[in-house]
Amino acid sequence: MAMTTETTDTSAAPELQPRHAIGLSMKRKEDPRFIRGAGRYVDDITLPGMHYMALVHSPYPHAKINRIDKSAALALPGVKAVITGEDLVAAGLGWIPTFHGYDKQMVLAVGKALFQYQEVAGVIATSREIALDAAELVEVDYEPLDVLVDPFESMRDTLIIRNDRENKTNHIYHWEVGDRSKTDAALAASEVAIDEKIVFQRVHPAPLEPCGIVADMNGGTGRLTMYLTSQAPHAHRTVVSLVTGIPEDKIRIVSPDIGGGFGNKVPVYPGYVVATAASVILGFPVKWIETRTENLTTTGFARDYHMRVQIGASRAGKITALKVTTVADHGAFDAAADPTKYPAGLFGIVTGSYDFPTAFTELDAYFTNKAPGGVAYRCSFRVTEASYAIERGMDMLAQRLGIDPAEFRLLNFVKKAQFPYPSPLGFVYDSGDYHLTLQKALDQIGYQQLRAEQAEKRARGEYMGIGISTFTEAVGAGPNKLFDIMGIKMFDSAEIRIHPTGSGIVRTGARHQGQGHETTWAQIVAEELGLDPQNILVEEGDTDTAPYGLGTYASRSTPVAGGAIALAARKVREKAKKIAAHVLEASEDDIEWEDYKFKVSGVPGKTITMKEIAFAAYTNPSPGSEPGLEATFYYDPPNMTFPHGAYIAVVDVDAETGFVNVRRFLAIDDCGTVINPMIVEGQIHGGLTEGFAIAFMQEIRFDAGGNHLNTNFTEYLVPTSLETPHWETGKTCTPSPHHPIGAKGVGESPNVGSPAAFVNAVVDALAPLGVKHIEMPMTRAKVWHAIKDAQAQR
Amino acid sequence: MIIRVKVNGTDYVRDVEPRTLLAYFLRESLGLTGTHVGCDSSSCGVCVVAIDGERAVKACTMFAVQADGHEITTVEGLAQGANLHPLQQGFWDCHGLQCGYCTPGMLMASYVLLKHNPNPSEPEIRAALAGNLCRCTGYVNIIAAVQQAAANLCAQPVEA
Repeated sequence: MAMTTETTDTSAAPELQPRHAIGLSMKRKEDPRFIRGAGRYVDDITLPGMHYMALVHSPYPHAKINRIDKSAALALPGVKAVITGEDLVAAGLGWIPTFHGYDKQMVLAVGKALFQYQEVAGVIATSREIALDAAELVEVDYEPLDVLVDPFESMRDTLIIRNDRENKTNHIYHWEVGDRSKTDAALAASEVAIDEKIVFQRVHPAPLEPCGIVADMNGGTGRLTMYLTSQAPHAHRTVVSLVTGIPEDKIRIVSPDIGGGFGNKVPVYPGYVVATAASVILGFPVKWIETRTENLTTTGFARDYHMRVQIGASRAGKITALKVTTVADHGAFDAAADPTKYPAGLFGIVTGSYDFPTAFTELDAYFTNKAPGGVAYRCSFRVTEASYAIERGMDMLAQRLGIDPAEFRLLNFVKKAQFPYPSPLGFVYDSGDYHLTLQKALDQIGYQQLRAEQAEKRARGEYMGIGISTFTEAVGAGPNKLFDIMGIKMFDSAEIRIHPTGSGIVRTGARHQGQGHETTWAQIVAEELGLDPQNILVEEGDTDTAPYGLGTYASRSTPVAGGAIALAARKVREKAKKIAAHVLEASEDDIEWEDYKFKVSGVPGKTITMKEIAFAAYTNPSPGSEPGLEATFYYDPPNMTFPHGAYIAVVDVDAETGFVNVRRFLAIDDCGTVINPMIVEGQIHGGLTEGFAIAFMQEIRFDAGGNHLNTNFTEYLVPTSLETPHWETGKTCTPSPHHPIGAKGVGESPNVGSPAAFVNAVVDALAPLGVKHIEMPMTRAKVWHAIKDAQAQR
Repeated sequence: MIIRVKVNGTDYVRDVEPRTLLAYFLRESLGLTGTHVGCDSSSCGVCVVAIDGERAVKACTMFAVQADGHEITTVEGLAQGANLHPLQQGFWDCHGLQCGYCTPGMLMASYVLLKHNPNPSEPEIRAALAGNLCRCTGYVNIIAAVQQAAANLCAQPVEA
């Protein structure tokens, strides 16, 4: 690991030191199958009699559908069926519910198509190639309609996109939180204020494995098995049951190995529904694997928030108020993946790491003729948008005040002594030490020297920039009194079985997609029970065997399922204690758990290991007790967790070409207790790379006519090994006070925190030219234009 | 069309449709699902295999019929029984994978790189893997994995 720098801070709050299993960089237990090419993803599953599905898509962003002629497609040898929206409506499957219940989504277009590439029909055939050929033969008579692609146009309601809805308006909902009048008054009274427009562009998670399904309705057993790219298999089973009326015991969802999710595999997509309907109707297994174009054009996009950010401060730099007003583009259906009570997700985290005396935020969501979505792309619901708004806003204000952005942050951070900190927008932050984390980042990167170097370079006319982002996330949704999706509370669960010979299995309601659960969950169980993590098998993703849980997204696995695992293990330990008392012939009151085994208090040498107890649980149960050694725990977390970090980017901008070289990037993360440092560092590297992509390369674009402009990886760019910078990492540790092992979640922090650091750095580099802001993605052309426009105005 | 190919040391004679891509031939006709498919535009590299041990080819850009008479190595052909190839060991040791979807292509592109350049510099590794996308790792650990494998292969100059 010569290219990265990992340091551990010793002055931070005392971290739980590496012990039996937690805190060890254990190699991943899931890796052997992947490095041998023996992973089993959905497209690797082939069943006897399996058929293939291809979808027909609308070429128009908005068009009346006059007629669909299936005859030519059905005439092609090998074609078994063509399914249209009207067929689905007749079967009661025309619409599916959306997550937070503000809308419903059309499965296949009926009457009119509402966005380009919308699914219009499904073709089932004996091979993938025949299905694709036949999809070309489905004749659809379209009558193009006027198009709305800009939410600021949609809000005028000159054209109504959704004539199926009772309310004839493109407005979906209004949401607000905070004290409007107090905030407005404080802003008006502020000595200095910014009032800026900041856009977080439409992007797409684009995992390398596309979405897909093998639907298998077995006529013999009457059971429907769905092999599905699912980040939330249990929730999907319940949705399928509610929509189809098939009892839940007759549905099995298997989420096999998942080739990356990043939020893309949380929703239910039309392709899943049509393939499932086809299998139910036709009686054989049906496979549908989307193409990359289908992935980028129809499945859940992320962001698309147009934000107006107002921050007030005194001349001395003390912040007084924050107001953020957002217009959200949700596309043609409100399929945003947010909890019911939080239509704008956790956007209320927008006060960030700063102690605002008052704040207010409001949001209005609109329909446009674009694909539906609004998934949490590697972030807790809308936390990335919020983090970007506040971290850009703070830099803009620092620039206005003429105060160094690091100093400005240190002046306004929530202080360590203020935790648990009630934010003005309704959260209670669990723990943190923002001053320490930023100071560590400044020291480690050599901030003062970099500023001195920058001053020298500026004197020579060179453009070097330093960008800081000190974010706070709200993750681990969540407490059941607040969080549900479609009514289902957002708890998670774990079931642990310890076998007679001291090995075991743990199953959870989460579903990993590369996060390393098979290793870290084994480490938690091993730590709690004093067993060998190599002999703790982790299994997730099969609804027949796993306990019910809400799945893996929004950095909720470690905060919620991880908590359930630790508490289930402690239930196992409680039972083990009774067995220890029986075997050691002592009173249970005298049995103590110490150094990963039980001992009899005051009797040296009288000990028993968990492995020995496991054997006794099956061979020598105490009379009258329940044999066996297992436990299940459903965990309703008392609060969310609030990871934070301090990121610093150092860039050099070539004013002639607009090229930005990210010379250094340091991420100091505080995610509480670290279970596996190697895995945490890997998560940070990956998230930073996705943040880098969003900052410099990625945007789902449409022309004025609603045509999707980047439909594959030659146009929608993913950074390669050539562009991706070197990443430097480090950490501080303030454990979560309420989480059973003090862990907070980390997978999304780097994607949440890094975009603002990149933009702040580029704007800082170009500040001498008078550049105040550049919207993402900061492509070479955009940076070049910003430079030339600024030069022209001087 | 009838084609004759040697895949991971085994000879196969198969009748294939001319339009069948090599990636689907490997996955569906031979059941070698370690070779993945991730895009429609030859951009992602999850399908990379080695042709004749010396060319890294995206198996979605080649028809199966074009492989007639050639030798193909896929990710399933890297390990010798229980013994992992040094590249596989490197990816495991250095945490060079997360979801695992890009891993077979990364391994095969690296395999061909080390055939031609047993001791590549970091820029050379980055250049050789520029056609292989990864959404999870940020590449840092992948490069470390290739460097470890190169060092181990150089230390043991036996046929890998």
